[in-house]
Amino acid sequence: MTQILMPALSPTMEEGNLAKWLVKVGDKVEPGQVIAEIETDKATMEVEAVDEGVVSALLVAEGAQGVRVNTPIAVLAGEGAPAPTFSLAEKVAAERPDEGRADKQAPDRLRAPHPPAPSPQGRGGEEIAPETKMLKITLRDALRDAMAEEMRRDPDVFLMGEEVAEYQGAYKVSRELLQEFGPARVVDTPITEHGFAGLGVGAAMAGLKPIVEFMTWNFAMQAIDQIINSAAKTLYMSGGQIKSSIVFRGPNGAASRVGAQHSQDYSSWYSHVPGLIVIAPYDAADAKGLLKAAIRSPNPVVFLEHEMLYGVEFEIPHVADWIVPIGKAKIRRTGSDVTITAHSRMVGAALKAAEQLAAEGVDAEVVDLRTLRPLDTETIVASVKKTNRLVTVEEGWGQSGVGAEVCARVVSEAFDYLDAPPTRVHQVDAPLAYAANLEALALPNVEKIVAAAKAVTYR
Amino acid sequence: MGQAATRANGAHADATKDELQQFYRDMLLIRRFEERAGQLYGMGLIGGFCHLYIGQEAVVVGMQAALKPGDQVITAYRDHGHMLAAGMDPNAIMAELTGRRDGCSKGKGGSMHMFSTEKAFYGGHGIVGAQVSLGTGLAFANRYRKDGKICLTYFGDGAANQGQVYESFNMASLWKLPVVYIVENNQYAMGTSIQRSSSETHLHKRGISFNIPGEEVDGMDVVAVREAGLRAAEHARSGKGPVLLELKTYRYRGHSMSDPAKYRAKEEVEDVKAKRDPIEHVKKLLLDAGHASEEWLKDIDREIRAVVTASAEFAQTSPEPDARELMTDVYL
Repeated sequence: MTQILMPALSPTMEEGNLAKWLVKVGDKVEPGQVIAEIETDKATMEVEAVDEGVVSALLVAEGAQGVRVNTPIAVLAGEGAPAPTFSLAEKVAAERPDEGRADKQAPDRLRAPHPPAPSPQGRGGEEIAPETKMLKITLRDALRDAMAEEMRRDPDVFLMGEEVAEYQGAYKVSRELLQEFGPARVVDTPITEHGFAGLGVGAAMAGLKPIVEFMTWNFAMQAIDQIINSAAKTLYMSGGQIKSSIVFRGPNGAASRVGAQHSQDYSSWYSHVPGLIVIAPYDAADAKGLLKAAIRSPNPVVFLEHEMLYGVEFEIPHVADWIVPIGKAKIRRTGSDVTITAHSRMVGAALKAAEQLAAEGVDAEVVDLRTLRPLDTETIVASVKKTNRLVTVEEGWGQSGVGAEVCARVVSEAFDYLDAPPTRVHQVDAPLAYAANLEALALPNVEKIVAAAKAVTYR
Repeated sequence: MGQAATRANGAHADATKDELQQFYRDMLLIRRFEERAGQLYGMGLIGGFCHLYIGQEAVVVGMQAALKPGDQVITAYRDHGHMLAAGMDPNAIMAELTGRRDGCSKGKGGSMHMFSTEKAFYGGHGIVGAQVSLGTGLAFANRYRKDGKICLTYFGDGAANQGQVYESFNMASLWKLPVVYIVENNQYAMGTSIQRSSSETHLHKRGISFNIPGEEVDGMDVVAVREAGLRAAEHARSGKGPVLLELKTYRYRGHSMSDPAKYRAKEEVEDVKAKRDPIEHVKKLLLDAGHASEEWLKDIDREIRAVVTASAEFAQTSPEPDARELMTDVYL
């Protein structure tokens, strides 16, 4: 007797739906026979048997939703046969990394952060009325809605990138945009990052407002010359004549087990460059409000999303035209003992660390940077003046990193308020490893943040 | 359009007296302007890189004559000729070369980075090949807006070996973008001859695998350039997609002011000057057809020298940018 387990379609898939059983109890199955169809919110695939045997039980009913990866779904009785394994024949070709829905029950390393409790401090500049209804929405759909709303509002806004149209987005962020706006405004490009980034900047120079999606920011290194030399510098070099109102967006940072070339955080790279605006949101409300602000900005914007957050549900205020101002950090949690700065996915880790620290008597304040350029120095410095201690957190490497910049600004503007040397938590100084244990060791996590906070509070 | 080469023979009949006179005037302005820029560079009034256009004048003057108002032009860093041909003010260009506040980029761009939204000139770009993607994007915007404009996208034989040129070709042909690609083949990518850099030296063939029609054109014959330009512009404007023109030309000076050009024989340069000079060519057409007298030529020469002298004076008297300009135009 062997158990058949729920397979994973992609490195980050954690659950899926059992759409259909194609066998029933008592059926004999042959190697290569399709026995079930499985779907996520992005793709459908067929599960094939590799070995022969007789189905002795179906453990998960047809139509079951949210079946965790590796959950037993059926039992196969063999005649001393080896344990069956499965190969996947995806109906949707996915040559590049794909992603499923993240889940709170996932192993710690994969676990997406919980949405924060509504902050009593409000939303850092953007006002919401006390009676505002809150909706639950995934970060993926928040980004989609932001683009759709801005495309409805301004005919000069269009989206281009690899698989954004017919495929509905490699990560389904552009779902149904093609259907609403048509192929002239939702443009599938060839795999040609350098070329289409430059083409996008040229279109922006002519006055259009392109949204250029990079399937991941890792691939944008092919295009970085156009982002920096053409988009960021031309306004200055032309004495203010040529503007580039353009948004470059896509997932940034480590996904899960995709190796060094697909797991890089470019936060500090782009935040180095005058002329660019750099945004790295954490939750759905900020993702939507800041992306809408980015699309309206007359400046070139680098918008860094996180694959591991795409499937996470957050609360978002149900208001028309939700906009979050660029350049404002947000205090996610107030505290008096230590300031923890973070952006993007690391905000979740910082909030969890703050909960653990609270249990140990350390009251941490978590500052979500949200915009990395221009950096909201004022909010950071005010927080440190209150707590007298600083821990910076980022997913990328430490040298010349965002944390290094935050530390430098705090040291120069609030030196006398510091009761401990500022401390940085970041990825170890090596390319990101594939092996699960090494990957986990390399990346910042809750434990490392807790340890750093304890160190600066001398606990 | 086919792959056949266009030669000057027989095409001259299409240029009227007025057109030939205008070509002569425009080309002479570029040559005299560039000679003066070279002098100012030697005097230390122009800094950094300065790439002169001398020898290639027929290319931009002929192509510009094929355009309609609103059509865009974009090129790389050897751009002074393109700007003058587009009708930008010589004073503002020369003042940009000297880094002064009345320069067309307020002194913040320099020789390689000048623009004019008014004249639809989109630069002036310093990274070899980058302007090809940008020009393709300008054409994308034209198609998006269905405004009937085309974009002339210039690059050199050196840029013809950059990857993004072909990424752009692919998208432009795929999406039938209204763009005319012009490779100004002056035979040297800085100090490397085309034979030493390119596996296929007939650069107009470089569009074949993208279904982009190509044509070789005598880039020293302004009338031939104009005729090829008109055909290409019509093709692009009619929705048939991009065209690739290879304009065979020659630069008399070094790659930049700091280049002694030791990679080619002096005789080679002298031979082109003596036999293929684009300005002498038009002068001969004018005189042979009785469209101009020696006296007229002298008058034009005097007129052009006055314009250039005025621009040089303007460029030296315009003040340096105010220190407050240091931090303007970083963001809108």
